[in-house]
Amino acid sequence: MNDLVYARRKKVNALMFALTAVCATLASGTLLAILGYIAWKGGSSLSWSFLVNLPKPVGEHGGGIANAIVGSAKVVGLAGVLGIPVGVSAGVYLAEYGRGKYAFSVRYAADIMNGVPSIVVGLFAYALIVHPMKKFSALSGSVALAFIMVPIVLRNTEEFLRLVPGTIREAALALGVPRWKVTLFVILPTAGRGIMTGALLALARVAGETAPLIFTAFGNRFADNGWLNPIATLPHTIYTYAISPYEDWHNQAWAAALILMAFVLVVNVTARLWLRPRLT
Amino acid sequence: MRPMSLPAESSATPKAMPIAMSVRDLRASYGAASVLKDVNLEVRERTVTAIIGPSGCGKSTLIRCLNRMHEAIPGATCDGDILLGDRNALALDPVLLRREVGMVFQRPNPFPTMTIAQNVAAGLVLNGVCDHAVLAETVEKSLRRAALWDEVKDKLDAPGVGLSGGQQQRLCIARALAVEPRVLLLDEPCSALDPIATGRIEELLLQIKDQLTVVIVTHNMQQAARVSEYTVFMLMGEMVEYGLTRQMFTKPTDKRTEDYITGRFG
Repeated sequence: MNDLVYARRKKVNALMFALTAVCATLASGTLLAILGYIAWKGGSSLSWSFLVNLPKPVGEHGGGIANAIVGSAKVVGLAGVLGIPVGVSAGVYLAEYGRGKYAFSVRYAADIMNGVPSIVVGLFAYALIVHPMKKFSALSGSVALAFIMVPIVLRNTEEFLRLVPGTIREAALALGVPRWKVTLFVILPTAGRGIMTGALLALARVAGETAPLIFTAFGNRFADNGWLNPIATLPHTIYTYAISPYEDWHNQAWAAALILMAFVLVVNVTARLWLRPRLT
Repeated sequence: MRPMSLPAESSATPKAMPIAMSVRDLRASYGAASVLKDVNLEVRERTVTAIIGPSGCGKSTLIRCLNRMHEAIPGATCDGDILLGDRNALALDPVLLRREVGMVFQRPNPFPTMTIAQNVAAGLVLNGVCDHAVLAETVEKSLRRAALWDEVKDKLDAPGVGLSGGQQQRLCIARALAVEPRVLLLDEPCSALDPIATGRIEELLLQIKDQLTVVIVTHNMQQAARVSEYTVFMLMGEMVEYGLTRQMFTKPTDKRTEDYITGRFG
């Protein structure tokens, strides 16, 4: 009798264990499947000329996506310049100074912002910049992406500052160093690696955003023409090419997706490697 | 209650030094919890004063009031009078007060991003000193005073957190000495160290007290007996007895002190 119960338990255990293993494989396998599929589909259209040439006029075969690569770099770069300082500063406020209701509402608002659909953020940037200026622009795309970055960077900065032991803060204060210098020259550098990693991950995250760029950066088939004009970006180019009726464009969309994935992957891996080697 | 006066300066008394810091009717609390009740104390210049007492008696709170690190804790308050020389410490800018009244903490806490030399120079650098010659000289002098120079002189550019616990604590002492404080507060500086590292720190305390006033909180009564001239015994937020160490450990005047130092409680 007892042996029977035991045998049954062993079987259930084996079954459940197998189930969890299958689910784990499914979860990580998705990434491999996406990467593999994109590499397979996009690899064939990928070439040096694809990277350095502008798109050909509609109907003509070939051409490249140089403008989208430059455009993505510019839009994401400016988004970082706008969003990272705001996020880091707000994170410093929350971790070092924020108390009471105001800090609570800032933290809460940041968490909600993190969950706002990115297309809504795009609409907001449209209303804020595109509509008053009566023009789609690289700038408005950057602003939209910056809005998405701020809460991510903010919460990450706060978390890493909280990991700095209070004894470090006390040690610096006890030397007769003013509070602002303690924060700027002792606490921030101590948490620096984590904060920078978070900023990089936020950049990688927004580099793939498409929805907020549809009615801000808008896209462009020509070379980049300054911050105040529409600009091509990788995710938006992928979107446009993928829904087009042309076979050639479909292939180019795959290749562009491969480049975007590679970029996101490289930034992610760099950021995580950077965080890993720590003293103490 | 008036300041508890020091025992009569008889022939057995070490040469009475002028008063470096005095505390009058000091009360301190964390939120609603009161931890110090009318403490009165006079700390003599260039002596070592030990504060002993069981956990939670307010020893740490008392020395944290002396350089106003107490108020860095949200909700913590204190009132009464604290004099540094003849200046009211509670009316001074806490940042300036802390340059004169330095502090070393229970756990060694070197700055993790800084090298050994940078750690020692931190107080000066963060307050705007950038003359390399001055900094190098201060680093060497402070490390010598903290009895650490010979061990680290060849690796000043190594990270401070790479040192052993005892070395880290001496590094923290060097860092505190570098800003040339008049008073050095030590909050159980040896509680995380082994007996050998503890011995080194006690030795260096006996050396530096020629130049500055030392106040040390300790759990270890032998340590108080070894390093201090004056001892304060605290119990539940009150100062029970204050006097010459030699006297307190041989013939305490208060029954509670006697019970504590003979190990009957605490």
